[in-house]
Amino acid sequence: MKLRLENFTKRFGALTVIEEMDLTVESGEMMALLGPSGCGKSTTLFAVCGIHKMSGGKLYFGDSDVTTLPAQERSVGVVFQNYALYPHMTVEQNIGFPLKVQRMSKSNIRAEVERLADLVQIGELLDRRPAQLSGGQQQRVALARAMIRKPDVLLLDEPLANLDAKLRLEMRSEIRRIQRETGITAILVTHDQVEAMSMCDRIALMRDGKIVQLDTPEQMYNNPRSQFVAGFLGNPPISFLPAMAGDVLSFGQGQTLARPPALEASGDVIVGIRPEHFGPQHGTGLRGEVTFVEPQGREELIDVRLDGGGEIRSILPAGEPVRVGQRIDWGVATESILAFGKNGDRL
Amino acid sequence: MTANARIWPLVLILTIFSAPLVIMYFYQVVDSIAQPEPGSLVPGAIDVSNWRFLWERIDTGRPSIWVVTFNTFLFASTTAFLVTALSTTAGYALSRLNMPGRPYFLGGLIILHAFPTITLIIAIFIILQFLGLFDTLLGIILVKAALELPFGVWIMKGFYDTVPWEIEMAGVQDGASRLRVWWELVLPQVKPGLAALLIISFLSGWSEFVLPLVLAPGSGTQVLATYMNAVIQDDATADFGLFKAIGMFYSIPVIIIYLVFQKQLMNIYGGGTKG
Repeated sequence: MKLRLENFTKRFGALTVIEEMDLTVESGEMMALLGPSGCGKSTTLFAVCGIHKMSGGKLYFGDSDVTTLPAQERSVGVVFQNYALYPHMTVEQNIGFPLKVQRMSKSNIRAEVERLADLVQIGELLDRRPAQLSGGQQQRVALARAMIRKPDVLLLDEPLANLDAKLRLEMRSEIRRIQRETGITAILVTHDQVEAMSMCDRIALMRDGKIVQLDTPEQMYNNPRSQFVAGFLGNPPISFLPAMAGDVLSFGQGQTLARPPALEASGDVIVGIRPEHFGPQHGTGLRGEVTFVEPQGREELIDVRLDGGGEIRSILPAGEPVRVGQRIDWGVATESILAFGKNGDRL
Repeated sequence: MTANARIWPLVLILTIFSAPLVIMYFYQVVDSIAQPEPGSLVPGAIDVSNWRFLWERIDTGRPSIWVVTFNTFLFASTTAFLVTALSTTAGYALSRLNMPGRPYFLGGLIILHAFPTITLIIAIFIILQFLGLFDTLLGIILVKAALELPFGVWIMKGFYDTVPWEIEMAGVQDGASRLRVWWELVLPQVKPGLAALLIISFLSGWSEFVLPLVLAPGSGTQVLATYMNAVIQDDATADFGLFKAIGMFYSIPVIIIYLVFQKQLMNIYGGGTKG
């Protein structure tokens, strides 16, 4: 079901956390609310599920206005960061609790629980208690419990934060699979850009209570609207260098790169170069000294200090003969250079 | 030096200091079933006549021990249930509900808990007299429960504080009312606190002496503590054997409760009082 936030404002006392935010999540879409801690993404989530009252604005599920509806009556399933399973109940009782509240008959509850348990693949764990489950299994139980009421909207609050790296990878695709299979509208709150990019159809990147860009992951990565967005997405992160835009981009001490074709501005700019766009395969242009080499198995991460000052990162396939202290003269894929003005806006 | 050798001096010192208590407990047991010669430490013949209070009145002016025991049980258990029931709800409110004056409530609780009961006794006496509850079991039950409440509320608040907020949020999101969330999801998490509080306030009621002595002095409302007091005070020639036997009788339930519920009692002093 389509979800629409209109002029959403949230204040805690005198402190305004979110002001006049608009957000539309299309039916069946998975939307990421991404941002650094304190940007208001969890506040938004809690307002959607009804735990926080909205200080202003409207919330619609489909065409119905649910702004003042209490949390119990909103058709929303939530998966909390620590899963919030009920420790004294078995997995079956946990998953079935929302239906028990609805006074559904025992046999119907049993059938529904089994359907959900199959969906999240925990059929054999129904008699256990949460304490006897691994983190990934608890996560699946929490998902099943959130989905059993067939809610209009599924909210996920940092669902992978408490898992180890391997499980995180597994649950990432699991959650996406379950969301696709059921076609449920979902909002994922996370501070991890990899999670947001790999799991979601669209990302709303938030900062200081505002959405700074709302786009598909590819668009947001390749076409960021500001320096903040460019810096937030990408791992290893993008490098920023001050440059002078004339006929060419000059970086001081005679180092120059060709102008990116799309760049119209001239004068002082800040240039963003992603690590995969800087390296020997792109010719020459930037000279400096390798200060750090970090092998990562398949790839090597290389930090370079440029002669004119400034640090730039490169990522190369493993096996390149690069050593710390080595002098290099590498080029940049100029069509992929991002340029920003002094205020951080994209040029 | 081995670890054992180093520990012996410590054990010796502890033994010397606790010996008087141990010896007294030992003779408490022995003397209740023996009739030693005056001035002698040898128990002599076994004699259960000290326990005669169980099957006959020790003198005509006194109520039967069973009436007194029933009074004590009624007093202690009713107090315990009252305290636990009220603390369970009040503790939740203080832990979770954002009500006006909450910080003052919390501060007040600590002050009340630290307040010496005895300084209130005259005021309480006047109130009970006014309400017509003086010299009734109900009167001292109410007073005892009221005085135990601050401790109970504080303990229960501590237990509630350890229950994660998210469990309640999840319950609300699953469609349950606040009341149902509390009853079905939160209360089970604080069961250990509930059990410990029930036991502790029962034991506290069982051993209460001052309140019944002052506020319910009549023989109809006598509890074991005041009964013992009367036995030792009134007799021209003190019968210490009898006194010790009654003492044993009085403490047996306490010992049994401690043995049975050790684990639950540990909770309250162990993990429960965070926050």
